[in-house]
Amino acid sequence: MLKELKLTVNGQPYELSIHPRALLVEVLRENLGLTGTKRGCNEGACGACTVIMNGKSVKSCSVLALSANGAEITTVEGLSNGAELHPLQKAFLDYGGYQCGFCTAGMLMSCKGLLNMFPNPTKEQIRDGIDGNICRCTGYNSIIRAVEAVSRGDYKETK
Amino acid sequence: MSEKYSVIGKNVHRVDGTEKVTGTAKYTFDIVLPNMLYGKILRSPYASAKILSIDTSKAEKMEGVYAVVTAKDTIHKKQGIWRRFPELCDEEILCSERVRYIGDPVAAVAAIDEYVAEEALNLIDVEYEPLPAVFNQMDAIKEDAPQVHDGVELNINVTRHIEWGDVDEAFKHCDVIREDHFVCSSQAHMCMETHCAAASYSYDGKLTVWASTQASYYTQVLLAGMLGMREGDVRVIKPPVGGGFGGKFELDSAQFCAALLSKKICRPVRIVLTREEEFTATKRRTPIVYTSRIGAKKDGTILAKEIRGITDGGAYTGMGATALYLTGFFSSFPYKYPNYRYDGYRAYTNTEPTSAMRGFGAPQAVFVGESQIDMLAAELGIDPIEIRRKNGMTPGYEVPGQAYIQSCGLHQCLDKIDEYIKQRGKLPPNHGIGVAAYGFMSGGIFNWFDTPYSFSSAIVRVSIDGKVDLFTGACDIGQGSDTTLSMITAEELGVKLSDIRIHAADTGICPADLGAWGSRETLMNGNACKMAAADAKRQLIEFAAAKMGVNIVHDLDIRDCWIYLVDRPERRISYYDICREAIRGKDGETIIGRGHYTPHRKGMISPAYSFGVQAVEVEVDPETGKMKLVDVTTAHESGTVINPVGITGQLEGAIMMAGGYALCEDQPMDQGKILNPSLADYKVIHSLDMPETNIIEVDTFEPEGPFGAKEAGEGLTNPTAGAIANAVRNAVGVTITDLPITPEKILKALKAKKEKEKKGK
Repeated sequence: MLKELKLTVNGQPYELSIHPRALLVEVLRENLGLTGTKRGCNEGACGACTVIMNGKSVKSCSVLALSANGAEITTVEGLSNGAELHPLQKAFLDYGGYQCGFCTAGMLMSCKGLLNMFPNPTKEQIRDGIDGNICRCTGYNSIIRAVEAVSRGDYKETK
Repeated sequence: MSEKYSVIGKNVHRVDGTEKVTGTAKYTFDIVLPNMLYGKILRSPYASAKILSIDTSKAEKMEGVYAVVTAKDTIHKKQGIWRRFPELCDEEILCSERVRYIGDPVAAVAAIDEYVAEEALNLIDVEYEPLPAVFNQMDAIKEDAPQVHDGVELNINVTRHIEWGDVDEAFKHCDVIREDHFVCSSQAHMCMETHCAAASYSYDGKLTVWASTQASYYTQVLLAGMLGMREGDVRVIKPPVGGGFGGKFELDSAQFCAALLSKKICRPVRIVLTREEEFTATKRRTPIVYTSRIGAKKDGTILAKEIRGITDGGAYTGMGATALYLTGFFSSFPYKYPNYRYDGYRAYTNTEPTSAMRGFGAPQAVFVGESQIDMLAAELGIDPIEIRRKNGMTPGYEVPGQAYIQSCGLHQCLDKIDEYIKQRGKLPPNHGIGVAAYGFMSGGIFNWFDTPYSFSSAIVRVSIDGKVDLFTGACDIGQGSDTTLSMITAEELGVKLSDIRIHAADTGICPADLGAWGSRETLMNGNACKMAAADAKRQLIEFAAAKMGVNIVHDLDIRDCWIYLVDRPERRISYYDICREAIRGKDGETIIGRGHYTPHRKGMISPAYSFGVQAVEVEVDPETGKMKLVDVTTAHESGTVINPVGITGQLEGAIMMAGGYALCEDQPMDQGKILNPSLADYKVIHSLDMPETNIIEVDTFEPEGPFGAKEAGEGLTNPTAGAIANAVRNAVGVTITDLPITPEKILKALKAKKEKEKKGK
């Protein structure tokens, strides 16, 4: 039995019919084709599926899609302002805050959620803010340097 | 043109950077093809059993199921990456008569979606007759142990022996001899993207496979062999890969089953392994039990080392035979042992196969070697840095019968770390700094795969607008080889990085390369790219010389997109103009440069070695045994640095992985069943556990490498476990010789130490 779901993703409103057990990550990847968001574990342990829901970062494998009814979601595809990269994206490029890139979308969204809460986070707050995201490649420190650069105002936001 | 290089050594954005930070990179995991089906694999619940029958009829009749395959659908071949040794090709992938570990595949299903495929697996009836099983190497080599493979005496799969000098005689002349035992545990690669493949077999008999692989050429050749197809009819494409670390360069069950299912019904099939399958049914780091004897004179001069390693091979050979050799070779690193003997034994067990993982047997060897040399130094009353200085390798050293060390900055690294430790001064209570030195290879001179191709090849195509297409078989799995190789090509050809467009690891269009393992791409494929670029450059210069009407005594070169006279650089002509003219002049023929590289006369192991020394500061809580990594400072040399951001990333990432190996990553088993096959239960280092990291780059130049570059990837995983063990000893005075170094082990050792001290009073 399919259920109605209304949500806004990256500013675009959608009305969908989904399986009641569908997860938010499944709706994003499979129904909407937004494959930038990844799935690493399906149990909320790795953070690769992190998106912003109503301003806060959530692990979309741990959110029933129906519970996101009416929500505003931002995925990695909605991070840039058209062709202009978001400051976090620019900083990740400059500081090498990614390697294989599979955790990167989730990592960026966790950083975004963190900066939404604390625009000028301490190093410990940054470490804490991305502690739910596993990166097997970078060792995290380059990501921390990138977030510090953004919070310092090294990159201008255009939107 | 004052600087030595225009492109290399500069901070650049990776060539795959924007697609990765915008989520537009399409991984195999993301691939959806028209009419595609989804596959799932049925795996053995038994560690060892005979397969009496497999009934797939109910699954085949289920709505939404389009194909089921078992061993009956194969050509009954066993595969392995050691193709020169047929007895080591021991893996059927789809088992016909016998399963050998919990997770061994027995059947696969293709269905309309993953849920239907999963349900269909439940409808396959497999009748097993459980057999006695063996779960670790020490039990496996006992006389009466159950046999994992019939006819393999004492379950010994491979043995390796390395020896030089006269070890027995040398021990007679030592003032101090130590014999110690060490146990190295397993570790999961834990790539963020699990193993996956999408296969599409066409009605005209051609197979295309998109695979999360670190060696698309191996995947192509092994798949063709297992499917009875021509190599040329199998095209393997490597999209961006979500991590490899040694776990993705053998043919795996996702690739084979997806291809076999697709071939059966001529529809695309994608298989993505679940996280649980990733942990239990791929490959893992080789656990090893060592006995190491080392002897030295009073002044710290080491005269001899004798080491024995027995490795838990798991159910199949995989790359484990190479790990067995390399752990023996790197047990001699980075020191000049005048007399040395290694005996290695790899035992089959009824567990998930063990194989290559970042460092390839060397992290285990270096943990043992660096722990023991500190224990020896303490016994002799010599400073740990000093004993390493006294015995450390130097440029021009020959490892007898094994290897030639050309560039080597070990002593400079020791000086830097010595300086750092002295600057650090007195530490707070329960803090300790431990050091470890290491060296690692820049690609292996091994051809057990028996390829007739060069180890690395590259093709450079220059178009009329000066755009350069670089075709290479090298596999970027996140480590950044696409960027490194583009930088090398741009530097040699004298163009901008943005002039290069790389096409990598698609066997349909790229020349063969052995892939990303053993830290080989920068040196080996880098040399091939440099040669290809030089070949194209030569052709452009021929036209430029004619057009400029230069005296033949002049040499021409290209830099920063200008073709110029080396001795009179003001006489120059635009690279872009010459590309158009040169192609017009060649009757419209595209300019193609070719390059290849296979090491010759470079010993048995590798054409070049990187070295380094790491100092780890830990804080141990004596009440709980809990350890915190405070700071990791590494002095490191890797020849000319091509991509500085890349090296920092490799170093910090290695600390996360090797620190995890030392502290918390483990795969405990009960009767062959891995007990923690999830990311919630398998503990890795998260951002809160990550220490501060400092890197001190020591300048060296490797004559064999492109622009003097060498390895900078896996070697960095070698020192950390040993340095941590030494740091714990310096912090609280206990020695842990079995990995991982858990709070429980520290507490137990502290308690034993206290009791011993009490008795001593």
